Amino acid sequence: MKDEEAKATILRLLQEIAPDIDPEELGMDDNIREVFGIDSFDFLQLIIGLDKEFGITTPEEDYGKITTLRYLIAYVKATK
Amino acid sequence: MTDKTTLKITYREALKRGIHEALINSDKVFLMGEDVGRYGGAFAVSKGFLEEFGEDRIMDVPLSESGFVGAGIGAALAGMRPIVEVMTVNFSLLALDQIINNASTLLHMSGGQINVPVVIRMNSGIGNQLAAQHSHSWEPFYAHIPGLKIVSAGTHEDARGMLSTALESPDPVVIFEYTSLLNMESEIPSGSGAVDLDKAKVRREGKDLSIITYGPGVYKALAAAEILASSRIDVEIIDLRVLNPIDNETIINSIAKTHKALIVEEAWRSVSISSEIISRIMENAFFSLDAPVERLCGIEVPIPYPKHLEDASIPQKQDIVDSVLKMIRYD
Amino acid sequence: MIEFTMPSLGADMEDGTLVEWRVKYGDFVKRGDIIADVDTQKGLIEIEVFDEGTIAELIVKEGENVPVGTVMANIIPVGEKVSVKKKSRIKKEPIKQIVNKGSIKIDDQLKISPLAKKIAKEKGIDLSTIKGSGPEGSIVKKDIDLAVVMKVESHVEVTGGKKEIAVKGLRAAIATAMSKSNREIPHFYLETRIDMSKALDWLRESNRQRELKDRLLSVVLLIKATAKAIKEVPSVNAFWENGLQLKDSINIGFAVSLRQGGVVIPAIPEADNKSLNQLMDLLNDLIPRARALQLRSSELSESTITVSNIGEGSTDKVFGVIYPPQVAILGFGNIVEEAWAEDGELSTRPVVHVTLAADHRAIDGYLGSRFLMALKKNLQKPEAL
Repeated sequence: MKDEEAKATILRLLQEIAPDIDPEELGMDDNIREVFGIDSFDFLQLIIGLDKEFGITTPEEDYGKITTLRYLIAYVKATK
Repeated sequence: MTDKTTLKITYREALKRGIHEALINSDKVFLMGEDVGRYGGAFAVSKGFLEEFGEDRIMDVPLSESGFVGAGIGAALAGMRPIVEVMTVNFSLLALDQIINNASTLLHMSGGQINVPVVIRMNSGIGNQLAAQHSHSWEPFYAHIPGLKIVSAGTHEDARGMLSTALESPDPVVIFEYTSLLNMESEIPSGSGAVDLDKAKVRREGKDLSIITYGPGVYKALAAAEILASSRIDVEIIDLRVLNPIDNETIINSIAKTHKALIVEEAWRSVSISSEIISRIMENAFFSLDAPVERLCGIEVPIPYPKHLEDASIPQKQDIVDSVLKMIRYD
Repeated sequence: MIEFTMPSLGADMEDGTLVEWRVKYGDFVKRGDIIADVDTQKGLIEIEVFDEGTIAELIVKEGENVPVGTVMANIIPVGEKVSVKKKSRIKKEPIKQIVNKGSIKIDDQLKISPLAKKIAKEKGIDLSTIKGSGPEGSIVKKDIDLAVVMKVESHVEVTGGKKEIAVKGLRAAIATAMSKSNREIPHFYLETRIDMSKALDWLRESNRQRELKDRLLSVVLLIKATAKAIKEVPSVNAFWENGLQLKDSINIGFAVSLRQGGVVIPAIPEADNKSLNQLMDLLNDLIPRARALQLRSSELSESTITVSNIGEGSTDKVFGVIYPPQVAILGFGNIVEEAWAEDGELSTRPVVHVTLAADHRAIDGYLGSRFLMALKKNLQKPEAL
């Protein structure tokens, strides 16, 4: 899977969770939760979305590893 | 048309000019009353008239209110235009039978055939320590009677101009004049003359509260308004002028604007002009009210003789200021 | 005959627009049925009916904006047969509540000048939200004028989409409620630090055994622990309306903030009787609907106390403003690692700062502090939650 592909899917998931955000605003190294005001509830939706899209079951311990788009893409590619 | 020059005169002088003009204008007019001739009037209103107009037209009468008021009514029935002066309203009670059973009723009793064009003038209210039997305010009582037009001269302009209009009325008119105002000076337009006897008059325009008053209350309210204006409170002052029939329109229009009303009168509170005004406000302007209507009236005691008690028995300028502040400060 | 009126979904709601009737003449309705969709400052709300009977008349038309308290429909209760109009006249209780030509309900204790009352009726102002400044605390023209200005401000400049309008209205509604709160409620604050290590350990272990979609969030523990603490100190679960009214049901209002600004507080009914799973399910349902401003009338009006978890992910401490007529709001800060001294030892622990803002007319410091202690104790036994 290409980085771009993963990125596009992740951004789409974020958009679904928070319809009023503009994914274009997010830089690769920005903290996703901070930039979009994502709370734990939204974040759980993202984790569920990742499972649906990529078949990844993210353990809670790993939540801290996927704070930016760059980390998230890497995580998806590594785990898948 | 309008004469811009003014004339500074006393209330007494204003009354005098009104009577003088009436006597000049019509031969049918004559003045009768206790001490109006040789003595020049109990309050010196007709001083010099006897010399000028003679005994036929300036007529001293015996101390018998029922008798001479009755004679005046008779003269009116016979086509004359008598001005009957009753020294004070207190003594007029003796003439009530004549005033009510004859003057106010004859038009009705005669099936509309007989008018009674009599004008009765009386001094009312406190004088200067004249005690209970000479100081009362009987306006509410007279205003109760159908068939009489009751007017109250609360200003120099009305003291000057009410009589000549009253004399044109085919029916009896009672004019209330005020002992306490006699020596008071004020400016009136030098050309001022007859005034209407139909409408209340807005003496001061304002937007915050309507003070509705008559008689001596008018000048007191105007003085209070000046004090209130310095606190940026803008009161409207309505001089009722005509106490029967009361002009609803002016009152209602004012309350539609200010939404608050204070009634000021020197007569006793219960069953008074203020009672009537408040009723009319309830009937006609209830939904314009933004505060309970308040009133300042005479304390319900015989008017006392001592000066400080006499002053305390009727509403004063400061009482008006205080009441208005109390009503407005809730804003 | 039962009059179905535009419900008030909180002290800050003044009016609502009927978007759609879900029932028609002759329909039978029972408690809990959705009777209409109403657009309010808090979004498009499904309005429930609380009576059982047959729809006799739909008075308000779709698209019409009416003040709270306006009779929207008449319902003939089960068992009632007599001609609708006659019966209603007999049944109506005198004086208890003066219904001002069917539009504004005025408590008979309410003091208001005739002029103010007239203007309020014309402008559709809900009198229950207004504090009088006239004689004896009466409502006078000035108070209504002020309310009209606030109402107009909340409705002007409505350009753009439906949601935008709703958010604008929401802002005005919050402004009204929070101003009232700040004006009338003597707040006091109590704060404590709670060691969350046991709770988080338990949660981690529990989530490990769960399907992804069944995972619990820590806020569920906070809500449940709060509900149980209320059971121990019920005084915080109350309304202050003409005195203290303790509430039997523990309906926790959960503050959901909107990214574009604004906060909506759906109720979690009887939170003390719900399992953690049930609470999580509820949140999964409520939060997205709250964010979309699509809540039901009961969900907006039933809260008896508010919990704000707005500190999560960001702020250490949350000092709330009480949502009237409630008497307390509990603010949870972010759970962060802090130095923790215990038994002479220093270590780091995940810690949450919890702040109780309470109405001093209703509660005193002692009760507030007992409540916080109960909450602290509950969070040390997560397995029992």
